[in-house]
Amino acid sequence: MKSLELTTTANPATIGRMWRTGKGRRRVLLAMPILVPVLGAMMVGGCVSVKAPDKPIVIELNINIRQEVVYRLAQDAANTVESNPEIF
Amino acid sequence: MAFKITRKTVSALVLSLGMLSLSAPVLAQAGRDPAYSAARAAGQVGEQTDGYLGFPVPPGPQTRAMVDDLNIKRKNVYAQKAQAKGSTIQEYAFVTACKLIADTVPGEKYQAPGGGWQTRTAEPPQRDSHCP
Repeated sequence: MKSLELTTTANPATIGRMWRTGKGRRRVLLAMPILVPVLGAMMVGGCVSVKAPDKPIVIELNINIRQEVVYRLAQDAANTVESNPEIF
Repeated sequence: MAFKITRKTVSALVLSLGMLSLSAPVLAQAGRDPAYSAARAAGQVGEQTDGYLGFPVPPGPQTRAMVDDLNIKRKNVYAQKAQAKGSTIQEYAFVTACKLIADTVPGEKYQAPGGGWQTRTAEPPQRDSHCP
């Protein structure tokens, strides 16, 4: 065995993993149909969380409804003020 | 003949309506209780943005009682009118406030959109951007 002080780039020899062939490979391939939907679901889940919050849209809607109501009530409110001078 | 009478009636009606609209602010002033008119003029009572009266300065017990009574009566009117128009009391009161603030006269107090009390000048008052 060579000294680590002289050749730091080389890893010590190991026993090669054999799962890419034979029984091990088959097991990985069998796991693929399960892994793919799981990964897909995780990605879709990420997309949903990135979506813009719907709160500002709701506020915008309220303002629009209110503005329409304001114009509808304006004349009636003016009449109300004039016909109840003692309280306004 | 019948046509002439109709035309006369219509023109008389238009004239009287015109006079009514001219004299309306005067009538509104005349209908007020003298104590209420005095409190408004003194700036002890002001028009809020929500359609009710408020206190720009801490009120005495009599002023508070008078304003509470007026605000209860206002709410009653708002409730009836809002129901008739199919709106909420709050919405009706808000729209009325727009008019009430516009109708203030120089020297009277009103609430600006930010909530602070302002003294009405000859300039138009600061009103909510949703006011008609």
